[in-house]
Amino acid sequence: MSVESVILLVMSAIFINNFVLAKFLGICPFIGVSRQLDSALGMGMAVTFVLTISSVVTWFVHSYLLVPYGLEFLKTIAFILVIAALVQFVELVLKKSSPALYKTLGIYLPLITTNCAVLGAASINVQKGYNLLMSTVFGLGAGLGFTLALILMAGVRERLEECNIPKVLRGAPIAFITAGLISLAFMGFAGMIKE
Amino acid sequence: MIKYASDDLVVSAAPHVRTRLRVPLVMWVVSATLLPAIAWAGYVFGPWVLVVTAAAVLAAVVTELAITLLLRRPQTVSDGSAFLTGLLVACNMPATGWGVLPLYVPVVASIFAIAVAKHAFGGLGQNWINPALAGRIFVFFAWLPAMTGGWAGSPAFDVVSSATPLNLLKFQSGMMQDGLQAGSQAVLGMRLAPSHGDLFLGLTPGCIGEISAAALLLGGLILILLRIVNWEIPLTYIASTALFSWIFGGLAMTGQAPSFFTGDPLYHVLSGGLMLGAFYMATDWVTTPVSFGGRIVFALGCGILTVLIRLTGSNVEGVSFAIVLMNITVPLIERMFVPRRFGTSEGRAA
Repeated sequence: MSVESVILLVMSAIFINNFVLAKFLGICPFIGVSRQLDSALGMGMAVTFVLTISSVVTWFVHSYLLVPYGLEFLKTIAFILVIAALVQFVELVLKKSSPALYKTLGIYLPLITTNCAVLGAASINVQKGYNLLMSTVFGLGAGLGFTLALILMAGVRERLEECNIPKVLRGAPIAFITAGLISLAFMGFAGMIKE
Repeated sequence: MIKYASDDLVVSAAPHVRTRLRVPLVMWVVSATLLPAIAWAGYVFGPWVLVVTAAAVLAAVVTELAITLLLRRPQTVSDGSAFLTGLLVACNMPATGWGVLPLYVPVVASIFAIAVAKHAFGGLGQNWINPALAGRIFVFFAWLPAMTGGWAGSPAFDVVSSATPLNLLKFQSGMMQDGLQAGSQAVLGMRLAPSHGDLFLGLTPGCIGEISAAALLLGGLILILLRIVNWEIPLTYIASTALFSWIFGGLAMTGQAPSFFTGDPLYHVLSGGLMLGAFYMATDWVTTPVSFGGRIVFALGCGILTVLIRLTGSNVEGVSFAIVLMNITVPLIERMFVPRRFGTSEGRAA
């Protein structure tokens, strides 16, 4: 396990296999919290934190709890439990340390629990048989990729506020069109890292 | 209430400095400077190039008309922006022999460019993505074989119908260096790398508007002299592409030991869509930063991404992706270069 492959894994998760723009995971907060740059950044950091820690914890749960007792079929439910507990933890911390951000994120903060990107990363880790280090790095990369997508989207959407968008397309429709165009652009990164 | 005797005193909002530069004038002038490149492609590769161009322009104009009618918005066909978008879409289509590229490809690209990339966001001046490039990328992935194959040879010149210069770079990089150093030598019975001269004149397979660096350079210089486009973006874009391809170009060659500073910058600068992109796409008024510093950052990003995609990506050409990816970052770049408010000593206004 070389340093190079760790860097490649992070780069791949950020640009080439971006969770939002290439795998279409975590679309709900991506559309929901990308109206403003500040809240997008906060959301991105919260998700990155949860993704990284949950990748570590689910790895331990999977290798030392589920596999030894032959309980792999409980994978999804166990992972969701872990993720839910972590999100509760983040919520407590944010409520205490940054009430403003806590308010901006609103319902989307507890919804990180059901953010399929978090569960997706945990499942992909198991699927690809990543070891502890790879799992952690992959979770971090996935979170950074999510943050990048969210920030780019927020930048564009702040600009859209001043546009004379046709009435039928205002709000969610134009957000999805924008997301589609960004995703198309990200296909330019395809094939850069051979897996 | 004060009453004025005449209309001499007019109270109006800024700007008060007037210019004779108007949107229609700009659009038609830019279109005119593109025509030599397209005409040259038509001469080199035969009349299908002109048919494709006509189809793209017609589709763009008709879409513009239809949408302004449907949305009951002011009719904007005569300002020439749709015409120019159509021309730029055509420039991004591969130059092929008669009937090889299906006409629905440029038509769909134009419709996508005008309807989705431009009017969905409110029309001229409000789109964040370059419409022509959005159209190109859309059809590029929709009809990959049509967009990446069937490169025409030339009936008029000794152009072999084979791969584009960048295709060669990517797939035959091992043999590439020898071919380059000996000019355009026939290696293995096939003309491998076109010489710099051929690239400059456009005697290589490629897209309609990108093959001749000479024609594009001429058009681009006219636009810069007329101050329709700025000089900093094309210069920074081309210079950074040259620099990075010189530094890293040698690493991608398979036939030799990878080493830095052995790339062929001139080959990278003259081939593919760089000239077209640098002068006509990356300088779009709407989708690029307005501040000097922002433009430098934007163009530098374009150069880095272009070389990165050309050398390591599975996509052969990186220019269109690089510009669109940087389009996405424009609102963020602008935030970095907020001008100081007049009369204050604080740095950032926002």
